[in-house]
Order: sequence, then structure tokens, then C-alpha cells
Amino acid sequence: MKNKVALTGNEAVAQAMRQINPDVVAAYPITPSTEVVQMFSSFVANGKVDTEFVTVESEHSAMSATMGASAAGARAMTCTSSQGLAYMFEVVYIAASMRLPIVFPVANRALSGPINIHCDHSDAMGIKQAGVIQLFSENAQEAYDNMIQAIRIAEHPDVQLPVSVNYDGFITSHALDVLEILDDETVKNFIGVYKPREALLNVNEPVSMGSFDMYDYYFEHKYQQVAAMEAAKRVIEEVGKEYAKISGRNYGLVDAYKLDDADMAVVVMNSAAGSSKGVCDELRAKGLKVGVLKPRAFRPFPHEAIADALKGVKAVAVLDRAETFSTLGGPMFADVRNSLYDLKNDIKVVNYVYGLGGRDLRLEDVEQIYSDLDDIIKTGKVDNFVRYLGLRE
Amino acid sequence: MTPSDKNLSQCCSSKCISPDMNWKELTKAGNIYTPGNASTYETGDWRTIRPVWDEERCIHCLICWRYCPDASIISTGGKFDSFDYKHCKGCGICANVCPAHAIEMISEDEIEKQKEAQKDEE
Amino acid sequence: MSEKVLEIRWHGRGGQGAKTAALMLAETVAQMGKYVQGFPEYGPERMGAPILAFNRISDEPIHIHSNVINPDIVIVLDATLLGEKVTAGVPEDGIYIVNTTKTPQEVRKKLNIKGGKIFTVDANQISLDTIGRVIPNTPLMGAFVKATGLMPYDEFIKNVKGELEKKFKTKPEVIAGNIKAIERAYQEVKGE
Repeated sequence: MKNKVALTGNEAVAQAMRQINPDVVAAYPITPSTEVVQMFSSFVANGKVDTEFVTVESEHSAMSATMGASAAGARAMTCTSSQGLAYMFEVVYIAASMRLPIVFPVANRALSGPINIHCDHSDAMGIKQAGVIQLFSENAQEAYDNMIQAIRIAEHPDVQLPVSVNYDGFITSHALDVLEILDDETVKNFIGVYKPREALLNVNEPVSMGSFDMYDYYFEHKYQQVAAMEAAKRVIEEVGKEYAKISGRNYGLVDAYKLDDADMAVVVMNSAAGSSKGVCDELRAKGLKVGVLKPRAFRPFPHEAIADALKGVKAVAVLDRAETFSTLGGPMFADVRNSLYDLKNDIKVVNYVYGLGGRDLRLEDVEQIYSDLDDIIKTGKVDNFVRYLGLRE
Repeated sequence: MTPSDKNLSQCCSSKCISPDMNWKELTKAGNIYTPGNASTYETGDWRTIRPVWDEERCIHCLICWRYCPDASIISTGGKFDSFDYKHCKGCGICANVCPAHAIEMISEDEIEKQKEAQKDEE
Repeated sequence: MSEKVLEIRWHGRGGQGAKTAALMLAETVAQMGKYVQGFPEYGPERMGAPILAFNRISDEPIHIHSNVINPDIVIVLDATLLGEKVTAGVPEDGIYIVNTTKTPQEVRKKLNIKGGKIFTVDANQISLDTIGRVIPNTPLMGAFVKATGLMPYDEFIKNVKGELEKKFKTKPEVIAGNIKAIERAYQEVKGE
């Protein structure tokens, strides 16, 4: 059933899309996710999938066409990165508000400017309030697994929201990694046949979508999205449990690594979580009580699970691969600190903005973070709670 | 039952949604499941002047029927029948295009006065 | 890094195939049931500019995703790159595999190091003879297998052949040339 293969992150995501065999894909290439679109278009050309592939002239059109296809009743997907996602921005909001279960991978890349093609999360953080579910992937395996599960999460009757599957540009997208892929039939059975609850092409049950909303309805419709996000937390866990049965791999809202008795924790998403786990193992071997918390879902934000996982620690470092320019740290820092506030445990929470524009997160950097946390616990003092890791000062 | 199920089961009634419904009761994403539901939206109260028909002058050419932007001229058997005052916005196009000058636009104030005068007589 | 993870750093120039070699080595090793990573250091991609590529090989799943800083093995595709950057972070018992006409002793002098094991092979000439142009990446894989003894040669060749067949289905002469190049480098690599 299981097949161990060596693939790059982009190849793994393209394979997932081939197995999902969506009805429509509309996409425009952009580094570092280009290969996904390129490989998928070859699957279309070679008859490996039944997909209608729409070549569009921009990402704005890509998401618009995907949205149109989804509203028409198709299982529709797109794929992008960075400026492409920024260009999609307004349409992403509309796809979410129309409750269209579009799944789209995002190979995370810094936003211009200065122009840069390398990894950070500023593209994903740009749409964190768009109403899209955002899953993050540590490696090619998780990117693949998240893609398959995303279909079930997006299409769940209680959710019906777009899902973006994030994985680090280049670090994950272009690196060769070993992973297990499921066989086509298992994926097909897991995702099932898409039966839209309403479809513009269903002439027997006509429907109008995307109507104008005044102040007497808009607020309620926005709250429906909040309720769907709330439901998504439950659904993400349910789908994760079901996926464990076919894959042997467990997925929840967060991945708590060696946190049970930990005094210090690093909270970090995507590939840097892997590197942090590596450092965590080394420090554990030296007897230090350290752990790593990796949120898998960033939207909805699993604040209950995070508070639960971190309730016993004394000091937490939140690693953000994006800046908010609030002068109050990165986007995840705000959310994590907020999640811990009501515990009243006096947990010291500091923020490290790291790896912007693809700067490598070195293992010494992570070691430094744990060492800083150790100092904070010993002295009980936090001088500067927003720090810039490896910045030349 | 989800909001959309609810709506599907109720969509044949004249009103699917109303501003007194809460977020659970409203249809998902504001989707509208009733085709042709514009008729439930009565635009007649937008009107300040109304068309009034002069039966003697009317030649039943139905030019008014063709020009009316709100489909508010009702005809039966190929002849002018009446105005749909629930939807007529009082734009006056019918009066303007009538070759027989059989439609006159009268202010709603005037109509009200006439109605009250009638009541007093009774 | 961890004892169990073998780390490799490739030094080459844009166009010499360091990234391709790192990915191909990873694919080949993965065939043997090991966990691997293969990735370049992404920079401006210019023909001739110095570039790095990396591998990690382990019997256990690999968590780390940072660049390789302390490689166990360094592979140099272009002898003009021999210098401080090649020796940076390499432990005392590190292995160097260099594409050069120089002898290991000469390379040692050039690198100015005392420890480590140095292997040399003239991969340019080998690739010119077998593939028809200077493309030193595949012969260096042969030198790698010989120098490290990390995997049985026959199994390695079988897997490389499989990988090449996937990539060059319609060009059997390319497959044969590359296999020949690996074989020759395996035989001709010189240690101290």
C-alpha cells in the first residue's frame, strides 16, 4: 500500500494533485511553485488526469477562474507563491466568503520588496485574515499529506472554506526528501467523489451566489465564516485521525514535540520546526528540558491546543518568518501570546523574527534561542521581547 | 440542519431571507435558492407619480408593455389590462411613448387626495 | 550534527551539475531504503558562479532543514574552488573528493590542512572521454562510492542506471556514457 519515494516538495505536491484528480485547475506559474503547475500540466497533457487545465494570464485570473469553476460545481484547485498570492488577494477573500472549498498549495516565498525569491512566510501571513484555512508543512511528506487531507477539510459540510497548504519555498519545494506516498486508489477512496451541495450548473436546483450584501446581512454572513472556522478545528482533527488509518501518520492541529515535562519551548512552523526538533534532541541528550511546538493549522488558530501544550512551560520563544511592522513582533507571536494570557501562569514569551528572504536558520541560532530562554528563566527578566535572529546589528 | 438545507426546504415560500433572521437561519454565504425572486421585492413604494389609464383613448397597441422596464404593464388577450402598482416605480416611460396619449402621470399626493375625497363622500 | 546523519557538501560552479549530482545521489541512495535530503544553496543562478549543494543521508528520518555547515564529506567539482570555503567547518576526519589533475598531496598543500582524507580524480577528462563534454558530476559519484565505501558498488550502479533511464528514456547513449564515466572514476580515483 505504502510507497517510499524520493521526491522534492513540489513533486510531492504535484503527485498529490494528480491523485486528487481535480475537475479544474487554473494556475499561473511563479517561483518557487512553478514546478507544481508545470508537472501538473504534463499530467493533463499525458492524460494522467481528467482535469480541465485553464491557462490564465495572471494569479488574479487564476483564483477567479478557480472560483468560477468551484461555484459551478467542480472540484477546483490552483497553486501559487509570493507575489502571485498577493495578486490573488482580493479574490481569495471572495472565494472564502462564497464558501468555496478550493484547495491551493502555496510554496512560501518572501514578498517584494526588495525583490527576493526565497523562503519566508510573508505571503501566507498576508492572507491570514482572508478567511482561508492555512495548513503548514514541515517537509515534503507533510506537504503531500496535507494536500490530501485538505480536500476533505475544505469540502466538509460544516466547513466549506478554501484551504491553502503551505510549505517552505526552496527549502521544501526544491529539496529532495524521502517520503511515503499512498497508492492512487487509496487516495481516491479517501477523498471520495465531490458532490457539491449547490452548483451554478445544477439547473434543477438553481442558485445565485455572490450576491450584494448590505449592512443588514453582511455581518451575519461574516460570522458564518467564523463559525465555519471554529468547526474546522474539529474537522481538521477528525480528518487527521481518519488519515492516520490509511497512512500510519498522525495529524492534529498542533505537533507537540517533547513538551510534556519541558521548561522551555520553541513555537515554529514549517521546515524550521524540523531543524528545531533536531536541536531539541541534542539538548535533551544533555539533560535540558526543552521542547518544540509546531502549529499545523495557523488559520483557524488552535489557541486552545496551544495553551494546553504550553501550560507547563516557563519560557516560550515564538519564531516568526514574517514581519508585521507593528513594532510588536511577528504575526504568530501576537496570537501565541494572546493564547497564553488567560492561563495567568506568568509564562515569559519572547519573539524571534528569523529567516526573512530565505536566510538560513542555523542550528546554532536555535541553540542560542534555547540558551536565551534558559537565561530568562534563571533571571526572571525579559529585556527585549522582540528579537531579530541573526540580524547584523 | 445546516442553513443551506433550511433554505432549500423553505425556498419555495415567497421569502427565503429577512433581516430579522440570525446568522444560523440565513442561507450560507447569502446564497439565493429561489429563481425569479425579484417579484417578491415590491418596488411600488418607490413611486411618487403613477400612470393612470384613459380607456377611451387607448388603442391597445401595447407599446407601453414593450417599453416598461419593470414589466408592470399587464396585458390580457393582446389588450391593455392594468398597471402592476406593486412594482411600477413611476418612471413615466409608458406615458411618454404612448401614441394615443392614453396614459397620464399623476402625483401620488393627488391620488391620495382624490381617495380621501371619495371616502368623505361615502 | 547528530552522529547518525552523514552530511555532504558539494562545491561547484553554476552549470557543472552540482545540484543535479546532489539530487541524483539522493535519489540513488533513497532507492537503498535510506532517508536522504538533496538540495542546493539557492542563490543567484549564474553560469560559472560558485555554488553549493548539500546531502544528508541517514537510516532514520531527518528533521533538520538548514544548510550543511559541518560536512563529513566535501566534494569539489572544480579545482579552482580549492580554498578556505572548501575546508570551512569540516571536521578532522573529513573526506575530500576533488575533481583535479593534481595528486592528493598537492591538494593537501593547496588546502593547507593536516587532517582529513583526500581523494582526487580527473573527472573532466573522464567525462570528455565517455560523455563527450566536460560534465564532471556523474564521475564524481563514482569517486564518492569508492572513497566512502558507503554502499556496495553494484547496487549503486544498478540504481543510478534506473535513475538515468527515467531521465533519458530516449537517449540510451547518454545513459551508457554516464555509467561508463562512473565506472572509470570508481577505478581511477586516487587516495593518499
